[in-house]
Parts: sequence; C-alpha cells; structure tokens
Amino acid sequence: MLTLEHLSKTYADGTRALADVNLAVRPGETVALIGGSGCGKTTLLRLVAGLDRASQGAIRLDGDAIGEPHPAIGIVFQEPRLLPWLNVADNVGFGLDAVPAAERRARVAHALDKVGLADHATRWPRDLSGGQQQRVAIARAFVTNPRVLLLDEPFSALDAFTRASLHEHLLALWEETRPTVLLVTHDVGEAVALADRAVVMQPRPGRIFDELPLSLARPRDKTALPFEAATRRVLVALDESLKPETGARREREQAAAALWW
Amino acid sequence: MSVETWLSSRQGAAALAAQPLAEKRRAVDPRVLLGLLLPVLLALVWEAAVRLGLVEGRLVPPPSRILAALRALAETGELWTHAWATLWRVLAGFALGAGAGIALGALSGAVETVRRLLDPTLQALRAIPSIAWVPLFILWLGIFEASKVALIAVGVFFPVYLGVAGAILSVDRKLVEVGRVFRLSRAALARRILLPAVLPSTLIALRSGLGLGFMFVVAAEFMGASEGLGYLLVDGQQMGKPDQILAAIIAFALLGKAADSVLVAATRPLVRWQDTSRGAL
Repeated sequence: MLTLEHLSKTYADGTRALADVNLAVRPGETVALIGGSGCGKTTLLRLVAGLDRASQGAIRLDGDAIGEPHPAIGIVFQEPRLLPWLNVADNVGFGLDAVPAAERRARVAHALDKVGLADHATRWPRDLSGGQQQRVAIARAFVTNPRVLLLDEPFSALDAFTRASLHEHLLALWEETRPTVLLVTHDVGEAVALADRAVVMQPRPGRIFDELPLSLARPRDKTALPFEAATRRVLVALDESLKPETGARREREQAAAALWW
Repeated sequence: MSVETWLSSRQGAAALAAQPLAEKRRAVDPRVLLGLLLPVLLALVWEAAVRLGLVEGRLVPPPSRILAALRALAETGELWTHAWATLWRVLAGFALGAGAGIALGALSGAVETVRRLLDPTLQALRAIPSIAWVPLFILWLGIFEASKVALIAVGVFFPVYLGVAGAILSVDRKLVEVGRVFRLSRAALARRILLPAVLPSTLIALRSGLGLGFMFVVAAEFMGASEGLGYLLVDGQQMGKPDQILAAIIAFALLGKAADSVLVAATRPLVRWQDTSRGAL
C-alpha cells in the first residue's frame, strides 16, 4: 500500500507546487494523475521517487517512510535517459549490479523480449528510435521487479501509433508482477486505457480536485461505448478543474452532502 | 574566461570541425585533392625556378634540398637523437601536466568548496603567458631537463584542467538522477556515471594539451639545449642553414601528428559509443 499523507511541497522561490495531497494506492492498482500544466503532477512523482523532499507530510510504502530513492520503487522518466556508453542490454541491467551475472543476463533477456527488443541487445542507444529507447527505459525499470512503478509522461514525446504499441508492452510487463503504478499523463485517452482510477489535479497550488474510478473490463477496447463514456467523464472533470471558481462550489457541495446525513 | 564558457566554445569548435571531416571519411571526395593542388604547385614552381637559375634559393631552399637535408640528418642518426630528445621532453611534461590537470580538474569540478578555493587562483595563473615562467624555472630548476619539462607541464596543465573541470560541471543532471534512482553510492556514481560521461571531453582536452606540449617544447629548447628538434632550429639559424630549419620543422609536424594519432587511436575504444563523428577527427 502506497500512501501519501498531507503531502506539501513549497519550492525555495515560494511556489506552492503541492498543497495537502492525500492519496492511498492499493497494491497492484494503476492510478493516473491527470491535470493541466503546473498542477504538481511531476513534483508529486519526484517526491514518491525520493528525488525531492516534501516540505510537509509523509509518503509511506508498506510502512516505510520514503525520503530518498527506495529499492522497491522504479521510475520511467519523460525522456528515456539511457546511458549512452552502455549497450541496450547493459542499460536494462544497470540496476541489477548486485544480482549474479547469470541471473542478471536471464532477467535482462526476458525483459528485452517482453518489450520486443531481443534482437537489439548489443546495439548502442544512439542507434535506436525514440520509441525503442523508451521501451528500453521501461524494461530497465521493470527488470528490478519494483513494487511501485512511477511513469512520468513516458509516452508524451511519441506519435500515436508508437504510443499505442508501448501501452501494450507496458501492460504485458505489468501482468507478470502486477506492481502498483502511478502514471502521470496529460492524455485522457491514455489514462482511461491504462488506469483503474483517474486522479484529476488542479493547479496553483497543486492539489487533488477529483477522483474517478475507471472500472472497465480488460483488455480495454478503445472504440467501445463504456470507454468513450469514461473518457468523457474524465474530460468533464478536467474541464471543471481548470475553472477558477469550482473550488468554492465543490466546498458548498460537500457541505450539502454533509447536511444530508 | 570561465570554465563553462571555455567548455562551450570548445565543444562548438569540435562540432564545427567534426562535420566536414566526417563527410570526407565516408567517401574520399575528389574535391579534397583540390586542397593539395596549391602547395604541390608552389613547391614544383619553386623547384623549377631554382633549377633554371631564375632565383638563388639560398635563404628559401627548394624542396629537393630540404629533403636532402632531412635524409642526411637521418643517415647520420642525428635526426633520431634530436627527435627522441624532443619526444621524451614532451611526454614527460605531458604526463606531469595532464596528471595534475586531471586530478585538480576532477576535484574542482566535483567539489564546490575546492572549486571556490582553487579555481580563481588557477584562472589568474592561466592569464600569465607560460613563456614568462622561463627565467624563474631556470633559476629554480637549472638549465637542464627539469626546467624544460616543467615549462611543458605548465603548458599542458591548463587546457586539461579546464577541460576536465568543465566536463564534470556539465554532466547531465538527468543521468545523475538515474544513478540516484538506482541508489548508487558516491563512489559508484563517480565510476558508473560521471567517469564515462566526462571521458569524451577529457580526451579532447588531452589532445589540445598534447598540442600545446609540442608548442612549448620548442620554446623550452630555444632557451638552451644541446639536442632536440628545437636545437636543430637554433643551430640552423646560427649556422645559416635554412634547409636544416625547414627539415626540423617538417620533423616537428610529423612527430606532433604521429603523437596525436597514437593518442586518438589508443582512446578510440573508450568512446566508440559516442553519437558523433569523432572517429573521423
């Protein structure tokens, strides 16, 4: 269980990137964080990755407080961030230094096979296309079998076809160990295609606006009606989140709901 | 000039130089031969002019006389003695200067306190023309090898120091974060991310250091030497033998180019991953 409790992040220049974010993610659940620019999605992910420190609040993974990179948390960045001096296989095995060589080779080969790059193991990153490089980055994150996988808009720089095929590779890898996934995206279709729950965030300061369950059957058919309905629900919530006055209205609604009791 | 601006200007220059050279390697362009036309033509015209008695050619000897002087020096074995003396001085100075440059550059690039402590002083020292040290070095180290090697080491030190410090400062923060995510220790981060990342610019810095080493060996040998290619230059001037001077200049060019090629060939396997056309440089 990954829990975020009263998480706030204020940068040195006074920018309030996150204010009082509370979120609980079940093991194996995929949560999409979605929202306009500047709503703190990436900040939140960097805090969970342990790359930045929270100003207030706490992040816990099965009871462990997260303040620095944790062995059970993997991340795929927006850019592939492959090490150009290592070939594809060595990049994938970068985090497996402590693993015996034979096992490392087997796990790397398996991960590369899963992302469809088994034939490219000995090539340099410079010889791969952008989509292939991002697949290597995904394999590098999965190969350590993390309990939590953080995805920071990993598909945003890719064209629609490549993105769809990467979704397939991601789901295939996810099936094996079923890690908890926290996916930052600004693509509503992507959130609905991959996530069990969409968390809509709101900027200035970054906070959670709404949560929408996406309980569609898998594998998901992007042309089916329920998919379109879910997409529309998320879009509506996203629209609402960008209107300045909605915060106050939501408070009124919550007050009304409280009175109903 | 700060470390950063120096570095960016160097990288810009390297990139500019790499482009046309890379094209040349892919297919030997006949247009490249055009560049050879002028020097070859000039040499032939001068040779012919001297042979036909149109000019005397005493102060500007024709190519045949220069080659003859070179052959004579080689046959008596003098050429090898002098070339070896020069090469030894350059290599000793290069080893000292590059070693110190890499060590201090790495410290200055990696540790902020060291940089604040060290960099201003070194930048100030860099502003001094290295030849200005010659009188002091002679007083301190004597007129023999030590003062010559010291001068060459000073010349090699600065480009290597600046190159290494600048390279470490400009390592991509995003790659360092990859190391942090996999929880590398400081030593592992240095070995697995910083070292490979700074290798290409370090090698470029070493090459410019080696080039400067050959520049300063001439200055060092001018200040009094009984052997070395620089001695051949001085001797040629004093004895009125321009063919010997030109022969020594050609020997310098060949020696410098050979040393640079050896350095490039020896380090190429370390940077074959690079997404550039360095291989053609």
